[in-house]
Amino acid sequence: MIAISEPKAVRWTLIAVTAIFLVLFLFLPLAIVLTTALGQGLTLYFASFTDPDTLTSIRLTLLTAAIAVPLNTLFGLAAAWAIAKFDFPAKSLLVTLIDLPFSVSPVVAGLIFVLLFGARGLLGPALIAHGVHIIFAVPGIILVTVFVTFPFVARELLPTMQAQGNDDEEAALTLGASGLQTFLRVTLPNVKWALLYGVILCNARAMGEFGAVAVVSGRIRGLTNTMPLQIEVLYQDYNYVAAFAVASLLALLALVTLVVKAIVEWRSGEPVA
Amino acid sequence: MPGFGISLGYTVLYLCLIVLIPLAATFFKASTLGWGGFWHLVTTPRAIASYEVTFGASFAAASINLCFGLLTAWVLTRYRFPGKRIVDALVDLPFALPTAVAGIALTTLYAQNGWLGIPLAWLGIHVAFTWLGIVVALTFIGLPFVVRTVQPVLQALDAELEEAAASLGAGRLQTIARVIFPTILPAAITGFALALARGIGEYGSVIFIAGNMPMRTEITPVLIVSQLEEYDYAGATAIAVALLVVSFALLLAINLLQRWSRVRVEPEAVR
Repeated sequence: MIAISEPKAVRWTLIAVTAIFLVLFLFLPLAIVLTTALGQGLTLYFASFTDPDTLTSIRLTLLTAAIAVPLNTLFGLAAAWAIAKFDFPAKSLLVTLIDLPFSVSPVVAGLIFVLLFGARGLLGPALIAHGVHIIFAVPGIILVTVFVTFPFVARELLPTMQAQGNDDEEAALTLGASGLQTFLRVTLPNVKWALLYGVILCNARAMGEFGAVAVVSGRIRGLTNTMPLQIEVLYQDYNYVAAFAVASLLALLALVTLVVKAIVEWRSGEPVA
Repeated sequence: MPGFGISLGYTVLYLCLIVLIPLAATFFKASTLGWGGFWHLVTTPRAIASYEVTFGASFAAASINLCFGLLTAWVLTRYRFPGKRIVDALVDLPFALPTAVAGIALTTLYAQNGWLGIPLAWLGIHVAFTWLGIVVALTFIGLPFVVRTVQPVLQALDAELEEAAASLGAGRLQTIARVIFPTILPAAITGFALALARGIGEYGSVIFIAGNMPMRTEITPVLIVSQLEEYDYAGATAIAVALLVVSFALLLAINLLQRWSRVRVEPEAVR
């Protein structure tokens, strides 16, 4: 028998060291969110959600995601279709440009829109003169969220659509299906799992974005605070139970995202990025 | 195939409106400062101190993630143990968990009276509100990158290669050093670079645990925010553009690295 594995003692030592690292950096942060939120009893936990400012922040976060996610899903479908199904010059440049928002610091993403639409920005003064407020208002929050979550759906769809090739669509077209029919009945079912994961991930990031939103929102309590900003407000007021109660909702959303990813990988039989 | 014009047209239009035009406007705004003005604003002592904190902590965190990410990827692909699938799924937690949640969770853990803060304080180590706190937050944020870049390469690695090395008389350590390590090296460096790039821009998870003391524990994104709050738009813009240039350079490097790792793993794929 040729040795292509390690002795048992080495194996278990490596597993133990990995376990300690992951407990310290993954398990404990998750555990402390739940124990702090629920530590003083369920009554206090649920009382956290009766605060009007907290409720407003939850509504604003839901509104932001409800606008940003469909916009980026539509974009993701269009971009993946154009890039996966056709050949054109500068295609790899386009793919790189779509990824650009990933490498922009959230704070810088917020600043970019302040420089455009703020009171001293390039377009801000003209818009404000017409009564259109974007910075320190809800439109700015939605705009930066769209920027920050821009690549997610396209990123998940692109490799799957490329791997599918054009054969199924060409068959449908030859049999007389229209372009739209082909897209809805052939392409969409083929990529549904990647699309689902892209949408869920995009949604998790849209609801959780902090830095970019903090820069453009102005943090007006009960008006322009999203859930992550409300967590900061509560935390800095030493209202730890309420801060972690709101945080527990977002942590739950993160766990659901991971479960969906595991299901998608299991259904498609391949790891997704 | 129908729909080329409309899908590409929409893609390019949306990309321009949301990403390219706003970014171009920022570079345009910075250019109005003039080269001298720009250079002056990006080299103030406070700015330079913030670069040292940001790059130092990001580098330290990415290095920790390189070591433990390689180990985690190895353990997850090679060994069987109970709860493996759950651990594998949980590795992505930092991608999905909002940074503000990570920030308050880590601060509570490492505070003086926290679960980890108490034993560490007993050892004389203070993490919360120090440079170490920034490293801890950035380690959390960057944790999935090395694991997820190395894992598929390890999975694809042909067992015959290792058997061949072993049958030719290589010891296990020799096989790991001469056969396995060179194969996963490009992926490992790519993961390191991704974690580094993520750490340099990170804000939400760091502000709670860092203390944000100018010149000592103030990262560059925090400096940009505090300049904005003082209506110092010129200073904020200049430093933001410097940060963007670094990010884009890293993105370019990562793209080249990914090409290199594809050449290593499947030479036909690139030709």
